[in-house]
Amino acid sequence: MSPEAAAAGASRVVMSAADIDRALTRIAHEILEANKGSKDLILLGIPRRGFPLAQRLAAKLAAADPSIKADAIVGQLDVTMFRDDLARQPTRAPERTRLPAAGIDDKVVVLVDDVLFSGRTIRAALDALVDLGRPRAVRLAVLADRGHRELPIRADHVGKNLPTASAEKVRVRLNETDAASSSWSGADEVVIEAGL
Amino acid sequence: MRHLLSTQDLSLENAIRILDTAEEMAAVGEREVKKLPALRGRTVVNLFFEDSTRTRISFEAAAKRLSADVINFSAKGSSVSKGESLKDTAQTLEAMSADAVVIRHWASGAPAQLATSGWIDAAVINAGDGTHEHPTQALLDAFTMRRHLSRLNGTDSTGSNLVGLRVAIAGDVLHSRVARSNVWLLQTLGAEVTLVAPPTLLPVGVEHWPCAVSYDLDSVLEAGVDAIMVLRVQAERMNDSFFPSTREYSRRWGLDDARLARLDTLGMKDTIIMHPGPMNRGLEISSAAADSSRSTVLAQVRNGVSVRMAVLYLALSGDLRDPPPRLPPPRTAVDNRPNTRADETRENAR
Amino acid sequence: MTAQKTADQAGPEAAARYLIRGASPLGKEQTDLLVQDGRIVEIGSGLSARSATVIDAAGLIALPGMVDPHTHLREPGREDAETVETGSRAAALGGYTAVHAMANSSPVADTAGVVEQVFSLGRDAGWVDVRPVGAVTVGLAGKQLAELGAMADSRARVRIFSDDGICVSDPVLMRRALEYVKAFDGVIAQHAQEPRLTEGAQMNEGKVSAVLGLAGWPAVAEESIIARDVLLAQHVDSRLHICHVSTAGSVELIRWAKARGIKVTAEVTPHHLWLTEELVRSYNPVYKVNPPLRAEEDVAALRAALADGTIDVIGTDHAPHPSEAKDCEWAQAAMGMTGLETALSVVQHTMIESGLLDWEGFARVTSVAPARIGRLAGQGRPLAVGEPANLVLVDPAARWTVDPRTMATKGLNSPFSGRVLPGAVVATFYRGHPTVLDGKLNSPYRQANPRGIQGEH
Repeated sequence: MSPEAAAAGASRVVMSAADIDRALTRIAHEILEANKGSKDLILLGIPRRGFPLAQRLAAKLAAADPSIKADAIVGQLDVTMFRDDLARQPTRAPERTRLPAAGIDDKVVVLVDDVLFSGRTIRAALDALVDLGRPRAVRLAVLADRGHRELPIRADHVGKNLPTASAEKVRVRLNETDAASSSWSGADEVVIEAGL
Repeated sequence: MRHLLSTQDLSLENAIRILDTAEEMAAVGEREVKKLPALRGRTVVNLFFEDSTRTRISFEAAAKRLSADVINFSAKGSSVSKGESLKDTAQTLEAMSADAVVIRHWASGAPAQLATSGWIDAAVINAGDGTHEHPTQALLDAFTMRRHLSRLNGTDSTGSNLVGLRVAIAGDVLHSRVARSNVWLLQTLGAEVTLVAPPTLLPVGVEHWPCAVSYDLDSVLEAGVDAIMVLRVQAERMNDSFFPSTREYSRRWGLDDARLARLDTLGMKDTIIMHPGPMNRGLEISSAAADSSRSTVLAQVRNGVSVRMAVLYLALSGDLRDPPPRLPPPRTAVDNRPNTRADETRENAR
Repeated sequence: MTAQKTADQAGPEAAARYLIRGASPLGKEQTDLLVQDGRIVEIGSGLSARSATVIDAAGLIALPGMVDPHTHLREPGREDAETVETGSRAAALGGYTAVHAMANSSPVADTAGVVEQVFSLGRDAGWVDVRPVGAVTVGLAGKQLAELGAMADSRARVRIFSDDGICVSDPVLMRRALEYVKAFDGVIAQHAQEPRLTEGAQMNEGKVSAVLGLAGWPAVAEESIIARDVLLAQHVDSRLHICHVSTAGSVELIRWAKARGIKVTAEVTPHHLWLTEELVRSYNPVYKVNPPLRAEEDVAALRAALADGTIDVIGTDHAPHPSEAKDCEWAQAAMGMTGLETALSVVQHTMIESGLLDWEGFARVTSVAPARIGRLAGQGRPLAVGEPANLVLVDPAARWTVDPRTMATKGLNSPFSGRVLPGAVVATFYRGHPTVLDGKLNSPYRQANPRGIQGEH
């Protein structure tokens, strides 16, 4: 470890609140561009932090395209029961799955998550989607891609690529989910912590 | 959560967790694909030493919706009725690698013995033991009451408790595992419970329970109640002089048509009527009461599957019982005999 | 602190001569006791060890050999659970020199033939006096008196009669039995349990049974029978003994009866002096017993009653069961606990270390009084010159962990398993012969004239 890293308490901020906001704005425009407009767009956030990110993206889409009603295109997709590591982890209580009223059949579903790592969460999300309906297409938007994929999965929209060591941890802290936690610095941020 | 043996030792945190998980499970029941892969490859044994088709199919549906393999083991017609002991049965199930045993037993405490004896390593879910407890019934009752309460309050039921809810439990408390499990759980969730029964059908020691006790159903109704849970009363109790006749019982302690009408005149339009089933219509509950819009009997049955899914999921998903597959030790020239066990292990490790 | 046998000083001729050096009789001042030919022949300090085996008993307490008024030896009939041999070995290790074997064997000890068989098995084993208890009614069926006189006149010389395990609930039959045994100075030992009030009963009825959903065993089922029987005993002026008293209410009734001069004696088990119904919360059938474990208040009342003499004796109600009888659902499990090898320690813990009883009181409740109730000559005698040498040496400072697998009894059903208990039997002398030395079985007592024994068969 370099002296600088040690001085920084073995954790460094790699995205500030402003960086996060800019990245989401860019992703929102990319989504509209890739979809050639807003038709049939649905954003499904993966709990916990994917959901507020999906809400923020929806708000930005609505700002860019007045025909979009943000609330009507956002949902939450819980993947707990579809994970491949259920028996290896402490018990996880499932989170709620909420779909927009229009459902997902024949829609373009954009899965939204905070960090893309092994790809296993997205694999579970794809399985969960199959049981809920048949989208026309599924895309993936993530705030950060830290690499180390274990499955053939890649994101369509990436806020920032973060080269990391596999032992390091990437922490995303958002106002909606983390403001009450002891590690809250007062603003959104993405932090890399040294592994133990 | 390792086992679910009683509601008495269930913390508020765990109770809420089960009910919240059940809410998510309930959503699955409303989908076209009513199945989750969470317990794929896990084996759930329904070990029933006492007939109860309703409870068994509820657990069976719950396990199957979670993709578990289900084995039904009924004491009737099996070696259990020919004198095979609980211990031998448990060890048989252990040899078959059961991951969870859902046990219904006529003897109070049999699930606790199964969980603590060391005969079997599986998670044990009490599906009703003697006159002791029936924790999943109490959980589904609480789930039903919580949904009712949050609908009235216009709030989300997830995460909420039952503080302020007034519940009357009327009937044969002495012989009722449902009553016991409900008293503890409702107390944990913050509800106010009043037991209403003839003195002969209340256990000695009930004065130590965290609830009120009354012999007078009418005064309990007049004092105001949000949920009336009617317990099944077996007509045969009459033969043991627990009460003089079924007619006298239903007149004094039954939820009959007159008392159903009283709920309206007392202005308790939101009071629900619950029954764990099977009902003795005309004895502890009149048909009009059982079929009224206040009745949650069918909702209870429906919620039973969701609650049991939650319990099975939380008991089974948490820990991996078997150690991860070990690689076989490197084979030396000396040890060149076929080693079946090692071969199997290597097969698993691939 | 174990006894040291200095056998080098003893020639073969002196095998029956033992010098117990520096013991404290009844916990009082140290002295030496010389045992020879089955009797205590000399007491005093600095006795000569010439030609005697010396037992170093410094720090040990000498007590009269314990007498159990209530043991289940299971033979004949359930030799898989216990035999006279294994049960009386356990008794010797527990500090006993006499036990009363209850009548609920198979066949029931309701004839002179069966009681003589048990008596002979006990004498052949040679570890303790085995005194059979005769059944009150034929087959313990509660219908017809057994031949009490024939059993009394038999070589077993039965004086205690009991249907133990079952209550003599018919008041007329109980009255007749109480009257009849006066003819030979017998006593009826009643198992006080009103049968209708305890149908299907599983544990003490109260706040724990209410929670556990186990059928309640009300205190009144015991107390109502005791109330009836002390009045019957008064009416016909007979001796009555109440087995295993377990409730505070029973204690009050017995206290009342004794104050009125009724000839009633009462017994309490070591487990009822310590354990409570709270243990049943585990649903572990090792805690299933008849009468059931009761509440804290009952335990306190029983201890006080034993201290003030309302309760006369400790009876172990030693009830060994094969493991399958306990490895099952609570409702299907057999009732009973082993007790011979833990009784001394449990009484030391509950009565002596609590300050309720001294060692003299211990001797009263474990030896003197039970021998008197059973009219047992040569047992429960003072530690004095000329008295039979039935005595036990106890190390009160010892601490040991109960492990049923290392015990002499076949029963694994000790409710004290895993507990650390105070006090250990170092040596037991039965008829002047050390059946136990250094806390281990030594050898059984053999009558001087074996031909005489055979002649009696």
